[in-house]
Amino acid sequence: NEQKGQKTPATVTVRDALNQAMDEELERDERVFLLGEEVAQYDGAYKVSRGLWKKYGDKRIIDTPISEMGFAGIAVGAAMAGLRPICEFMTFNFSMQAIDQVINSAAKTCYMSAGLQAVPIVFRGPNGASAGVAAQHSQCFAAWYAHCPGLKVVSPWNSEDAKGLLKSSIRDDNPVVFLENELLYGVPFEMSEEAQSKDFTIPIGKAKVERAGSHITLVSHSRYVGHCLDAAAVLAKEGIECEVINLRTIRPMDVESIEASVMKTNHLVTVEGGWPQFGVGAEICARIMEGSAFNYLDSPVTRVTGVDIPMPYAKILEDHSLPQIKDIIFSVKKTLNV
Amino acid sequence: MRNAITVCFRLKIDTLPKKNQTLSLKVVVSRSFADFTPQATFDIKKCDLHRLEEGPPLKAELTRDQGLQYYRTMQTVRRMELKADQLYKQKIIRGFCHLYDGQEACAAGIEASINPTDHLITAYRAHGYTYTRGVSIKEILAELTGRKGGVAKGKGGSMHMYAPHFYGGNGIVGAQVPLGAGIALACQYQGNNQLCVTLYGDGAANQGQLFESFNMAALWKLPCIFICENNKYGMGTSVERASASIDYYKRGDFIPGIRVDGMDVLCVREATKFAADHCRSGKGPIVMELQTYRYHGHSMSDPGVSYRTREEIQEVRTKSDPISMLKERMLSNNMASVEEFKEIDVDIRKQVEEAAQFATSDPEPPLEDLCNHIFYNNPPLEVRGTNPWSKLKSVS
Repeated sequence: NEQKGQKTPATVTVRDALNQAMDEELERDERVFLLGEEVAQYDGAYKVSRGLWKKYGDKRIIDTPISEMGFAGIAVGAAMAGLRPICEFMTFNFSMQAIDQVINSAAKTCYMSAGLQAVPIVFRGPNGASAGVAAQHSQCFAAWYAHCPGLKVVSPWNSEDAKGLLKSSIRDDNPVVFLENELLYGVPFEMSEEAQSKDFTIPIGKAKVERAGSHITLVSHSRYVGHCLDAAAVLAKEGIECEVINLRTIRPMDVESIEASVMKTNHLVTVEGGWPQFGVGAEICARIMEGSAFNYLDSPVTRVTGVDIPMPYAKILEDHSLPQIKDIIFSVKKTLNV
Repeated sequence: MRNAITVCFRLKIDTLPKKNQTLSLKVVVSRSFADFTPQATFDIKKCDLHRLEEGPPLKAELTRDQGLQYYRTMQTVRRMELKADQLYKQKIIRGFCHLYDGQEACAAGIEASINPTDHLITAYRAHGYTYTRGVSIKEILAELTGRKGGVAKGKGGSMHMYAPHFYGGNGIVGAQVPLGAGIALACQYQGNNQLCVTLYGDGAANQGQLFESFNMAALWKLPCIFICENNKYGMGTSVERASASIDYYKRGDFIPGIRVDGMDVLCVREATKFAADHCRSGKGPIVMELQTYRYHGHSMSDPGVSYRTREEIQEVRTKSDPISMLKERMLSNNMASVEEFKEIDVDIRKQVEEAAQFATSDPEPPLEDLCNHIFYNNPPLEVRGTNPWSKLKSVS
């Protein structure tokens, strides 16, 4: 909050960027409100909504009982009746309790009503693995939600992503599933002057090339964009230049950006934290095969994913359940056959 | 004035058998407008109360105009549902079709006591409410037959019809209840003194999300009237076999409740008025149980006689039919004539027939519409068809 009003680039954590986004949108539109467990008086289970209740009060920042199906449905109903709710799931693992409301009540309604009934709602919260929280609290839901027409699914990486995409999601008149990452909340990133403005939004559905390269394309979302950039830095020392694409949005996926890159580099590796089967990487493979970029591939697409197991607890096991930088480096070299 | 017109009309009919002509002339000519009772007061059944000191009144006033209007509404829903039955058997309506005949007093009574600016949401047995909330018979039947003139352009079908302040039509049992509580939250948030009527059945009454909704509605004092339409059967399961407690009006626990005779439109109206006052005065939610009955099975694929007897159905038809009850009340209090009711019936039949005509002749939605309306207020996007070369267009 100290960063507001400053015009020089600043360092902002993802948590603060999300907080800024919500604060600005709450101020801009009185129909916007936040509900979820511990969002108000506790300042948010992960402190993402810190200070908002103090500023906006009970009417706009609502603590709910532990009733995901109930409060998600209430949020959807409120959206149908003219408000613009932000519904927080303490983690997306708990959204499974409410998934019927997200899919059948929110996602499908505009279509079923032939456009008569809009549902302008954002479902947000941490997604995917954390640290040491074990199997029931570590699932990545990107693939499940991105499977469904009627939803937009957004997965920011850095602070600019978090702020710009959350603002766009709140302003969107459709149901958006906004997948954050708990391990990124405390990570500081540079935010440009432009990104600090109250009107800074990032369009949903456009990927960003975070690093240009000519030998191979790495496509990722959320936390693993950082891993890809770290791998790229190591590989650059060996003369391998990676182009790193940050998807930013899972659905609708910006396949054109991936294709344009593949047509340049001829090699593709996808990197995600979720399980391999029926996942984001699997979808990218299918889309590349079906499109114009297929003929430019010099080798099959490689997927780097989480290990196909429920998440274990012991640190050494957990570390080996998720893509590490060395796994990305290994996969790049295998794909390039070097 | 009306009867003068009626007399002229009657005189022109030479198609009636002689004895009827004479009879009707006699009856009509001998009565004039001033003869009808403009208003009467009726005793209505006392409601069982839960956590309430007082309940709805034991008497209901009914004006002639109101009575004719309620009759018209209920008879329209009745005839519309029976037409849907016909069309379904002709395979012109497909998929799910859950009919409302028998329960008309609920929809008519509720609508009579709330404002058009209030909100209503129900489950899949929704055609009656779709009508009372303002959608035409034409648009309802055309939606059932899947035509472009349907209220949802043929995209929704029986369970997904919408109108201003009417949120369907919901296919997932119980899901509409949190939605209704959310609509009530929006009313409270916006400070517009509106409320939401949230309906569910005896089957849905055992859904966990209802109790989550009751809790939050009570905690936040949401202006929500939770109404259980207890028609004694959740699909093929009787209430005794499904619920440890069949006192659905008490299931809100800390929320006050009333149990209402759902076959009596006046009882429903008075109870809903009482409930609406409760909500609008800031006291929070209230639960109503309407004891009602459906003549049809659960849906058109259920004959409805494997879990209940034909005798039971027949008994309700003869002793408790909501439309007959209202008609008899009005006739025995000289509030209207047999001919008037007949005229209304003829007119409704005509309207339903015309609507059915439209619903069977209107074209199906164009294929170009297949991918439209996925999103609201969104730039056009491309949608993958069944194969990679099929790139379809979607606009809002």
